[in-house]
Amino acid sequence: MKPYTVEQGLVAPLDRANVDTDLIIPKQFLKSIKRTGFGANLFDELRYLDEGYLGQDNSKRPKNPDFVLNQPRYQGASILLTRANFGCGSSREHAPWALEEYGFRTVIAPSFADIFFNNCFKNGMLPVILPEDIVDQLFNECQAQEGYQLTVDLPAQVVRTSNGQEFAFSIDEFRKHCLINGLDDIGLTLQDSAVISEFESKAQQSRPWVFNSLRP
Amino acid sequence: MAGKTLYDKLWDDHLVKQRDDGSCLIYIDRQLLHEVTSPQAFEGLQLAGRKPWRLDANIATPDHNVPTDKAERSEGIAGIKDDTSRIQVKTLDENCKAFDIVEFDINDVRQGIVHVVGPEQGLTLPGMTVVCGDSHTATHGAFGCLAHGIGTSEVEHVLATQCLIQKKSKNMLIRVDGVLGAGVTPKDVVLAIIAKIGTAGGTGYAIEFGGQVFRDMSIEGRMTVCNMAIEAGARVGMVAVDDKTIAYVKDKPHAPKAEQWDQAVDYWSTLHSDDDAVFDAVVEIDGASIEPQVSWGTSPEMVIPVTQPVPTLAQAKDEVQRNDWTRAYQYMGLTAGQALSDIPLDRVFIGSCTNSRIEDLRAAAEVIKGRKVASSIKQAMVVPGSGLVKQQAEAEGLDKVFVEAGFQWREPGCSMCLAMNADKLQPGEHCASTSNRNFEGRQGNGGRTHLVSPAMAAAAALAGHFVDVRHF
Ligand code: SF4
Repeated sequence: MKPYTVEQGLVAPLDRANVDTDLIIPKQFLKSIKRTGFGANLFDELRYLDEGYLGQDNSKRPKNPDFVLNQPRYQGASILLTRANFGCGSSREHAPWALEEYGFRTVIAPSFADIFFNNCFKNGMLPVILPEDIVDQLFNECQAQEGYQLTVDLPAQVVRTSNGQEFAFSIDEFRKHCLINGLDDIGLTLQDSAVISEFESKAQQSRPWVFNSLRP
Repeated sequence: MAGKTLYDKLWDDHLVKQRDDGSCLIYIDRQLLHEVTSPQAFEGLQLAGRKPWRLDANIATPDHNVPTDKAERSEGIAGIKDDTSRIQVKTLDENCKAFDIVEFDINDVRQGIVHVVGPEQGLTLPGMTVVCGDSHTATHGAFGCLAHGIGTSEVEHVLATQCLIQKKSKNMLIRVDGVLGAGVTPKDVVLAIIAKIGTAGGTGYAIEFGGQVFRDMSIEGRMTVCNMAIEAGARVGMVAVDDKTIAYVKDKPHAPKAEQWDQAVDYWSTLHSDDDAVFDAVVEIDGASIEPQVSWGTSPEMVIPVTQPVPTLAQAKDEVQRNDWTRAYQYMGLTAGQALSDIPLDRVFIGSCTNSRIEDLRAAAEVIKGRKVASSIKQAMVVPGSGLVKQQAEAEGLDKVFVEAGFQWREPGCSMCLAMNADKLQPGEHCASTSNRNFEGRQGNGGRTHLVSPAMAAAAALAGHFVDVRHF
């Protein structure tokens, strides 16, 4: 997984509370065999005027010009600023997959739904919790200034504005460690490769039949 | 110090590392892969530039989406009409090729439902840890295995690391002593267990099935019981290794040979709970009291003996159950107190990883022999669990028994167990089914499933309604 350390980027404001995972990525896209390809259907119902389906050519679909991500000034945004209880609803891991593929590695909100919050870390994304009044302030600044950027400094645990103002956030030490080092569950387990190999060579003695080749 | 349970032994023998937070790395001996839950796992590996840790730990076969109709099947993957289904099966082929994983593909005679194929090929061996992205992986516990159903992220994790991150469960013993009556089968035993402990009864536990009934039971029967541990809430169900287990495994294609065999048998013979082992929970059932069972509702715990009517709300234990039952009556189109024999049946399905092995087909054929499916039944089908089960049944002439009676004799796969392929119930139709889940819509939108044993399903097909197979 790509390590997450200091990320600077354009901010897109999604001024809406209780955004559920069905809104993030509607259920018809879950039939896919892929972990990728969801970015084009992120916020599908908000983003397009017609109803989307799996395998469609999204470039031909009519876009909703009012939706924030369709506005020219937010193209290339990598930080999503939003409201309380983001990511509620079903447990689909497709929600963080879609956000990440679209380009959002960071979501800032006053609170997140639990499963979504967990799923973000599995996918190298950072959900940042900031107090309600600070989120308000960021919304105001973002809407007022075109090209508004923020820097998220994970090692220092602060969100920094371009004029140097800093807002501290908290994060579980273990998760921070995994993100900074780019460790997913697999990466973490692989840190124990030597222990696994050692176990395996012992098992090859005590239960050799488990390791027989399946090939003729 | 108290002795160890079978689960404790299997756990200890596969424990790679215990972390400070109590989570453990458990070594996985065998992973079974199928087309539905593996594609994102393979893609994840590829994106991260990783390789499978140990190629020969893995074996794949498509089962959920394959057509069971002979004509469609003869065309191979091209015969799958639904686009998403076809792509899933094709993707499995491509992934197995790309990663060099052994696959029994759609038209290989060894293809079948993963949980039938593993034991049949000796890929499931006693004492192994077995995982699959499928909740019915507990089936393999019949061999004294520690077998878990896992999610897609975990499939990828096992592919990449050969380990699973787990926390240890508690131990539960379900002891069924005595002798089963004639016409009472392993399926009836497991349904009666679920009726007793409920669908959450085993949550947080690894279940061991013990007692005379399981000692007397065939290996196929033990698989049927362990298969439904998940319907009792437990991810893991198992039975101790005994002479029958070892005899069943002998000479299977991937069973150990020569000296390795002797070494294996020595080890396998230790795979039972010690006499002084302590279980966190014990459930006891008298085997002689179990009657043939039928599920009437929309949860595997809504099960009654065939001799009893659909329960009334007065029998419900609390308000939650009253609400569940009220919804179930409505969905199933039943009235409280109604006799099971009054339910008009539309279809009969004999198959699924619960009951599609040779012994199941023999039991059904035994009932059917020389009789005809009732004219009121729109469709009665038999779907063998694997190509080899099908071959064996044909060698014994069972296919003729079924076909002459009016059953369809199909190609192997999951089929109408979950209706991911073209085999489905229509809204409102009642089906006597040997599968394991009767949730709303499981066998098709609006479909009404009744879970039964193969013998009970066969008898119901002939009578056109449920009958007590003991007096049929
Ligand atoms: S037969 Fe049914 S329960 Fe078994 S693996 Fe297939 S779909 Fe799942």
